[in-house]
Amino acid sequence: MSRKLLLEHINVPGIETYEVYRKHGGYASVEKAIKKLTPDEVVEEVKTSGLRGRGGAGFPAGMKWSFIDKKSGKPRHLVCNADESEPGTFKDRFLMEKLPHLLIEGMITSSYALGANLSYIYIRGEYMWIFRILERAINEAKAAGWLGKNILGSGYDLELYVHCGAGAYICGEETALIESLEGKRGNPRIKPPFPAISGLWANPTVVNNVETIAAVPWIINNSGAEYATIGLGRSTGTKLISASGNIKNPGVYEIELGLSVDEFMNSDEYLGGMSSNRPLKAFVPGGSSVPVLPANLIFKTANGEDRLMTYESLSDGGFATGSMLGSGGFIVYDDTACIVRNTWNFSRFYHHESCGQCSPCREGTGWMEKVLNRIENGLGREEDIDLLWSVQAKIEGNTICPLGDAAAWPVAAAIRHFREEFEFHIRFPEKVKSRDHFVSEPFDQVKHLLAKATV
Amino acid sequence: MEKVHYTQEINITPQLMERINVLISHYPEDKRKSALLPVLHEVQDAHENWLSIELQNKVAEIIGIQPIEVYEVVSFYSMYNQKPVGKYMFEFCHTSPCCLNGVENLMDYTCDKLGVKVGEITKDGMFSVKGVECLGACGYAPMLQLGDFYHEHLTPSKMDQLIEDCKAGKITLLAEI
Ligand SMILES: Cc1cc2nc3c(=O)[nH]c(=O)nc-3n(C[C@H](O)[C@H](O)[C@H](O)COP(=O)(O)O)c2cc1C
Ligand code: SF4
Ligand code: FES
Repeated sequence: MSRKLLLEHINVPGIETYEVYRKHGGYASVEKAIKKLTPDEVVEEVKTSGLRGRGGAGFPAGMKWSFIDKKSGKPRHLVCNADESEPGTFKDRFLMEKLPHLLIEGMITSSYALGANLSYIYIRGEYMWIFRILERAINEAKAAGWLGKNILGSGYDLELYVHCGAGAYICGEETALIESLEGKRGNPRIKPPFPAISGLWANPTVVNNVETIAAVPWIINNSGAEYATIGLGRSTGTKLISASGNIKNPGVYEIELGLSVDEFMNSDEYLGGMSSNRPLKAFVPGGSSVPVLPANLIFKTANGEDRLMTYESLSDGGFATGSMLGSGGFIVYDDTACIVRNTWNFSRFYHHESCGQCSPCREGTGWMEKVLNRIENGLGREEDIDLLWSVQAKIEGNTICPLGDAAAWPVAAAIRHFREEFEFHIRFPEKVKSRDHFVSEPFDQVKHLLAKATV
Repeated sequence: MEKVHYTQEINITPQLMERINVLISHYPEDKRKSALLPVLHEVQDAHENWLSIELQNKVAEIIGIQPIEVYEVVSFYSMYNQKPVGKYMFEFCHTSPCCLNGVENLMDYTCDKLGVKVGEITKDGMFSVKGVECLGACGYAPMLQLGDFYHEHLTPSKMDQLIEDCKAGKITLLAEI
C-alpha cells in the first residue's frame, strides 16, 4: 500500500534541479501532451482518472476544466493555489520545495489542456524562500524551451509566473485569491459568475491546488484509466497527508487512498503511533475546518466498519459521526490536550482571518472566540454552550464564502462530541486555571466529578 | 488614543527599481496594479521591514495607482508592517497543532529572556516577539519565522543559540533573489 506517484523520485539527490529532474523522466508529459494529444484529449484523460481537487473540496478536476469558457475567445488562465494556510496542512510546501519542476511541468501540461497562455502560481507570502525556488526553476524551464513562445515548435505559447500573497488565509479561497492576484484586498466574490466564466481580470480561469496540478503529469504519462485503478472507488489515486500533533513521526506522507486510518496512525511506515505512548483522544483528519472526532469514531465508523483514508469513509455518518478528508491536514490529540482550548484556538484563527464582508462571519467568529475564551479560562456560564451552538448555527450557510462554515463546523463538532469537557470547564473553574490543565490531570481522570456536580 | 506618525527614510535604489520593473513585467501592460503585493514585499524588505505612509505613496506613484489603493492593501495583509518592528522579529506560530508541541511555553521563555511581552520590541530595537497563525510547518513544531526563513523543531536551548547568532550578526534574513 505504499505506492508513490508524486514522490516517486523524492529521494533522488538533486531532484530539485532541472538536470536531474529531466534525467528521471521529467517534462515527458509536456512532450506527450503537446506532440501527441489535443487539449481536449488531455482534459479527457484527467476526467477519466477521477482525480479530485486536493485543496479541500474534492471537486473532480477534469470536470472543472471542462467548464472553462472556450467560446468567448477571451484569454484563459490557470492559477495554481499555493496559498496553503489551513491549520494542519503543510504538504504543498513540501512538494514545491523538493520537486519544484513537478509543479511547473504540471502547470505547463494543464495550461495546454485549458488553452491558457498566461498562468500563475499564487504562493503565500510567508513561503518567500519557495517563491525564489520556483522563480529559479521557471527560469531553468524557460531556458530549456518548455516555456515561452512556440513550445516544442507546436505554436503553443505559455508564460508562467509566481505571485506572492502577504499573510491572509482567506486568499486561499479561489475568488479571494483572484482579487489578491489583481492587487486588491482578499475579499471573496459572490458566485456566480464562477471563475471558469469570469475569473482573473474577468477572463475564464481555473484555480487548482498544487497537489492537483502535480498529479497531472503522471496521469498524462500513464493514462487516466491507469490512475483510476489506484485508490478505492471514487477516491482515486494517492494523496499527500500532512501529519502533526501528538504522534511519533510527524511529516508529509503520500498514501494510496483506501489505506485504513488504523494502519496510517499506528504502523511504523507512517505515523508510528502516539508520541509519548499516551492514549489517543481525538483527531482532525482534514485540516482545522473539518469536524473533530473522538477516539471511538476514528478507527471504525458508527456502523463498525473500518475507517479508511478516502473521501467517502472519512465522511461516513455525516457530521453526526463522521468528518472529511479536506486538505489532508491530519492532527492527532492525546489525552493531555484540551478540546475547549483547541476549539478556542481555532476560533481565534477564523476570527483573525475573516475578511469581514459578511456580518454572520465577522461578528459570529468574534463571539465564538470570546465565549470560548471565557469558558477555557474558567469564566464560563452554563448557558454559554447553548449560546455557542446557536451562534455557529447562524453562521453556517449564511455567508458569501465557505470560511463561515469552516469556522462553525469545528465548534459544532467539539460540542457534539465533547460536551462534557465544556461542562467541566464551567463547573470546575479552579481546575482549569493553568494553561496545561489536562497535562497533570487528563480529563478522563477528573470526568467523574461531573456526575456529582449539580448545575 | 494618540496617533503616532512614524517616519522613515525612503531610498528606492536603482537595483530595487530594476527588480520592481521585473515584477511589473509579469502582468499584462494594462494590469500593473496586479504587481502590488510582490512589489510591496520588495520595497518593505529594502526599508527595514516596514512601510510608512510616505513609502506607500511612493509605491502608488511607481505603479501608477491611487495611494488609497495601496493603503487598503497594506492594512489588509498581516505581513506588511505599518510601523517600525524589531530588526529580528520572532514570529511564532501559535495555532493549535503548534500548541500541542509546546509553543506557548517557548514564547513565554523567549519573552522572559528578552524582557519583552508579545507584541513589544526590545529597547535597543533588536528583537520583537509576535504570535502569528499557522505557517504551514505544523509537523515541525514549535517553530518561528524570522525574515524569509523558518526555524523549526525549536527548544529553549536552540532559542538561546538563535538569539546569540542574531546578536553576532550570523543570521540571514532575506532569501536570495
Ligand atoms: C477559506 C478558504 C481557504 C482555502 N484555502 C485553500 C488553500 O490554501 N489551498 C487550496 O488549494 N485551496 C484552498 N481553498 C479551496 C479553494 O477555494 C479552491 O476550492 C481550490 O483551490 C480548488 O482547487 P482544487 O479543486 O484543485 O482543490 C480554500 C477555501 C476556503 C473557503
Ligand atoms: S464568510 Fe467570512 S471570510 Fe468569507 S466572505 Fe464572508 S466575511 Fe469574508
Ligand atoms: S499550526 Fe503552527 S505551523 Fe501550522
